[in-house]
Amino acid sequence: MNNEPLTINYEPVIGLEVHVELKTKSKMFCSCSADYFGQKPNTHTCPVCLGSPGALPVPNGKAIDWCVMIGLALNCKIANFSKFDRKNYFYPDLPKGYQISQYDQPFCLKGFITLSNGKKIGITRVHMEEDTAKLTHQGENSLIDFNRSGVPLVEIVTEPDFENAKEVIEYLKKLQQIVRYLDVSDADMEKGNMRLEPNISLREITMNNELLTINNLPKYKVEVKNINSFRFAEKAIEYEIRRQTEILSENKTPVQETRGWDEDKQKTVSQRIKEEANDYRYFPEPDIPPIRFTQNQIRQLADQMPELPDAKLARLIKEYNLSKYDAEILTREKEMTDYFEEAVKVGKTFKINPKQIANTVINKKIDMNNILPAELVKNIVNFKKTDDIDENKLQEITDKVIKENQKAINDYKSGKVQVIGFLIGKVKQHFPTADSNQIKTALEKKLK
Amino acid sequence: MKINVPHVAKLANLTLKPEEEKKFEKQLSDILTYVDKLKEVDTKNVETTSQVTGLENVMREDEPTPSLTQDEALSNVKNQHNGLFKVKAILTE
Amino acid sequence: MKLNELTIKEAKGGLKSKKFSSVELTKACLEQIKKHNKDLNAFITVTEKEALDSARKADDLASQDQVLEAKSLLGIPIALKDLFSTKGIKTTAASNVLKDYIPQYDAAVVKKIKDAGAIIIGKTNCDAWAHGSSGENSDFGPTKNPWDKEYVPGGSSSGSAVSVASDMCIASTGTDTGGSIRLPASFNNVVGLKPTYGRVSRYGIIAMASSLDSIGHFTKTVEDSALFFNVTAGQDKMDATTLPNPVEDFTKDLNKGIKGLKIGIPKEFVTSDLDNEAKEKFEETVKTFANLGAEIIEISLPYTEYGIAAYYIIQPSEVSSNLARYDGIRYGNDRSYFGDEAKRRIMLGTFTLSSGYYDAYYKKAMAVRTLIIKDFNDAFQKVDALISPVCPTLPWKLGEKINDPIKMYMSDVLTVTANLAGIPGLSLPIGFIDGLPVGMQILGPQLSEVKLFQIGYAYEQATQWRKQKPAL
Repeated sequence: MNNEPLTINYEPVIGLEVHVELKTKSKMFCSCSADYFGQKPNTHTCPVCLGSPGALPVPNGKAIDWCVMIGLALNCKIANFSKFDRKNYFYPDLPKGYQISQYDQPFCLKGFITLSNGKKIGITRVHMEEDTAKLTHQGENSLIDFNRSGVPLVEIVTEPDFENAKEVIEYLKKLQQIVRYLDVSDADMEKGNMRLEPNISLREITMNNELLTINNLPKYKVEVKNINSFRFAEKAIEYEIRRQTEILSENKTPVQETRGWDEDKQKTVSQRIKEEANDYRYFPEPDIPPIRFTQNQIRQLADQMPELPDAKLARLIKEYNLSKYDAEILTREKEMTDYFEEAVKVGKTFKINPKQIANTVINKKIDMNNILPAELVKNIVNFKKTDDIDENKLQEITDKVIKENQKAINDYKSGKVQVIGFLIGKVKQHFPTADSNQIKTALEKKLK
Repeated sequence: MKINVPHVAKLANLTLKPEEEKKFEKQLSDILTYVDKLKEVDTKNVETTSQVTGLENVMREDEPTPSLTQDEALSNVKNQHNGLFKVKAILTE
Repeated sequence: MKLNELTIKEAKGGLKSKKFSSVELTKACLEQIKKHNKDLNAFITVTEKEALDSARKADDLASQDQVLEAKSLLGIPIALKDLFSTKGIKTTAASNVLKDYIPQYDAAVVKKIKDAGAIIIGKTNCDAWAHGSSGENSDFGPTKNPWDKEYVPGGSSSGSAVSVASDMCIASTGTDTGGSIRLPASFNNVVGLKPTYGRVSRYGIIAMASSLDSIGHFTKTVEDSALFFNVTAGQDKMDATTLPNPVEDFTKDLNKGIKGLKIGIPKEFVTSDLDNEAKEKFEETVKTFANLGAEIIEISLPYTEYGIAAYYIIQPSEVSSNLARYDGIRYGNDRSYFGDEAKRRIMLGTFTLSSGYYDAYYKKAMAVRTLIIKDFNDAFQKVDALISPVCPTLPWKLGEKINDPIKMYMSDVLTVTANLAGIPGLSLPIGFIDGLPVGMQILGPQLSEVKLFQIGYAYEQATQWRKQKPAL
C-alpha cells in the first residue's frame, strides 16, 4: 500500500492584536489633553508623559471603565482583581524605558466575536496600556513628538482563529462598529487610533487515502505591522499567505520575524529580525495600587452600555419586520439606527410603516445632519398626499429653476452635461424626498 | 550563581568595557550567592507583597489640565529640530 | 547662640518676636556654608540669591500675624536632598547623568515646604541616585563627617544630615529606601524621620525603589521633626500610593511621657554581629527607657536575617526599571555616565527580573517580604513600639568599604526591614563613642508617627545628647 501523502495543503492560522486608542479627554496616567491629532509637536506633555525624573502615574478612571466596557461588549469575563505591570524595553519613543501595561491579570479575559457565518473568533484578553510617542525618521535622525505619549490604549488580542483575510476584515469591521457604538474611540485606522498587527503562519494539512491530518500549530509566526487601512490589511495578509506558501512548498520554514506592509511595493518587507528573545522583565507597577471590581460595579458599567450592534440588528428585524439586509445597513452606524427609530416614532402618527421609512433612509441617502427625522416623515406624508398635484408643482419648480440658473443652462447646452446634478439639487430643495431620477427626467425633457 | 554579564548589560542598555565586565561578574555573582540564602525560607502558600499600603482603586477624573509649553518640554534637551526631540536613527527600514 | 544653631521652634519664636529677621537667619546659615562646605562637601548647589530673595519676602509677610500662624515654616532656611525636583534649580541626584538637569516642576513636598514659607537654601550631596550607605558614591565627591572628617557621615542622605549637624541650615529633607535617613542621622547626632510609606508624596522625588522609598527629614530635635512632618504629610493626588488618612497635629502627644508604654527589643537586632561598644551604648539606652517608666519586652522578629537578601533583590529590580528613563534624549546625559554602583544595581535588577530568574529571585523576595511584614504585625500586637540600634557598626573611615559592595550593603541590615514593611522609624542620638555619634531607631506600626514622637521626645528630654555640637 502506498503511504505517500497524496496532497499537501496549507491552511492559514491568523491571530490579531488590535490597539484601540480611547477618546478620553485626558491621557492615561496624567492630565495632559489626549486630543493630540494634528497639534503642534510637544505641546501636550508634562513631566509624567515625558518620563521626567520623579514623575508618577495616576490612572484615568474613565479609561479603565471604557476598557471594561469593551471587554463586556466582547463577551469577556471581567477580572475581580487586576493590576498594572511594567513592560521594560528601550526605544526612543518610550520615555520611561518601560510601558505601563497589564501582564498576567488584565481587566478582561476570554471573550468572542461571532462572524456572520456563525464562526466564533476567540478573544484571549483585553487590557489597558499607554501609547508611545510618535517617531518620524528623517535621514540619519529620528524625531520624536511626545504628544501621543501616554494616550490610553486598549489592546485586544484574539486566538489564532482566522483562516483568511476576509474573516479578519469582518472581525475588524465588527470590532470597529462595537467601539464606535460604545462611543469610546473613533477607531479610525488612517488616523492611527485603531492599529492592527496580524500574526500569520501556515499549517500543513496532509491527505493520505482519505485520512485528513491537521498538523499542530506552526513553529514560526510572522507579525505584520504598518497596516493603516482595511484594504492594506487584506492585501498584506493575502500577500503573506502567498509568500509563506511558496517558502513551505520548497520545504523551507519562513523566518520568525516582524514584517511591514509596503504599499508602494505591494508587499511585506522584513523590518528587523526579532531580537534574540525579547525579555520584557514584566513586574507589578509599584506606583499604582491594584484595582478590584465588585460585581455591582461591573453591573453598573454594563447598565451604562448602549445596545450593541448584534442585539440591535436582531431587534430591528423582529420589531419592525425589516429584512436582514436593510437592518444591517441601518445598524452600521449607531446614528443611523437612532435616526431611523426616531422617524419610525413620528411616522406612527401618520400611519407610515417602518419599512417605508427604512426604504427612504436607505435609498435616498438622507443628509441626517440637516433633515430632522420629523421633517423626513413630513416629506414622505406630503409626497404621498400630493402625488397628482405634485407633477404640476414639479413642472412649476423646474421652470423656475431653469429661469434662475441661465448660466448653468448655457453650460449644459454647450455640452457640460454634468451641471444637471447642480440643477437637480436646486429642484430637490423643494422636494427633499423626491426621486432624483424623476427630477432628472423632468429637467431633461425641458432642456431638449 | 554565574551571571551572563554581556547579555544582562545588553538588556539593561549599558555599554561595559571588558575590565568592567570582569569586575561586575565577580561582584554580582557574590551578591547573588548571598541572596540565595532566601532559598532556606519556606514560602509555599505565602502570598507575595508588591505594595504595602493596602490601597486599591486609586484613580483620577478624566479632566485635562494645561500642559508644559513646547519650550519648557524641550528645555533640557541637547538635540532638537523644529520643536521635536532628535536622536540618531536606530531603525533603518 | 548663633542664629544658624537654632531649632525650627526657636527660630520661629525669634522671628515672631522680631528678635531677628529671616534675612539675618538665612545669612547666618549661608555664612556657615561658606565657611565649612569646602571641607564637608554637604551641598552640591547653594541657592544664595534665591534664598535671600525669599527671606526678604518672608520678612515682609511676617509683619502680618495671621500669615505667621498659617505659614508654619515662614522664614526658616531648609536644605533639600538633591533628589527633590526644584523648578528652575539644578537637580542632579548627585550623578553626572543629571549634572546639568533643571526640572520644569517642583516636587509635591517642595511645593508644600515653599507654601509653608520655608527658605530653600540649597541642594545637598548624597550617594548618586541614593545608592549607598556612606555618601561616597556621589559623583560630586564624598561628604565628610563633621565629627571627624576622616569618617563617613553615612548615606545616602549624607549632605542633608551633615548640613543639619553642622548648622548650615535649620532642617533638611531626605529619602529613606533602606535606611538612608536613619543611618546618617545616627552618624551625625541629629534626628531623622523615615515616615510610614505613603504618608508623604513621592511625586517629584527622583525615584530609587518605588515600593520602598519614603520621604522624610532631618532636624535638630524631635519636636522639630514633628513640626516639619505637619507640613509634609498628607495625601497627594499626584501620587497614587499616598494614604488618605487625615493628618493630625504630630506634636500633640509630645509631653505625654512613656510611663506604662510597652517597648520591645527585637533580639535579632542585638546580636553578636553588633559592635561591642555600640551594643553597650544601646543597653544604656534601654535602661533609660526603663527608668522613664516604660515596660521593656524582648521580641522576636525571626525573618530579620533574610531582610538584606530580600531587599537586595526587590530594590535593584525596581532601580533597574526606574533608571531606564535616563537615556539622554529628553534631558541629562546618556547611560555611559552612570557610576559603578548604579550600573551594578541596574544589572542586578535586570537579572533578577529576567526571564527564567523572576520566580527564583523577585517573586521569592516578594514572598519573604510578606513574612517580614507578618513579623512586625505580630510584634506590634505585643508592644507599642520597638527600639534598636540603627547600624551594626560605628561610622567607618572613608574608603574602608568602597570596594566591597556586600560589606557596604550589610550596614543596612537593621534598617531595611522597616522599608520592606512600610513602617515608620525615628532615628535619634543616644550618645558618643570616641567622639563619634551613635543612634537608635524607634519603630512603630504604620501611621504611628505621633507615638514615635512621643517616645522619642521623652528620651531626648531625659538625655539631651543633641546639645553636643561637632568642633568644625
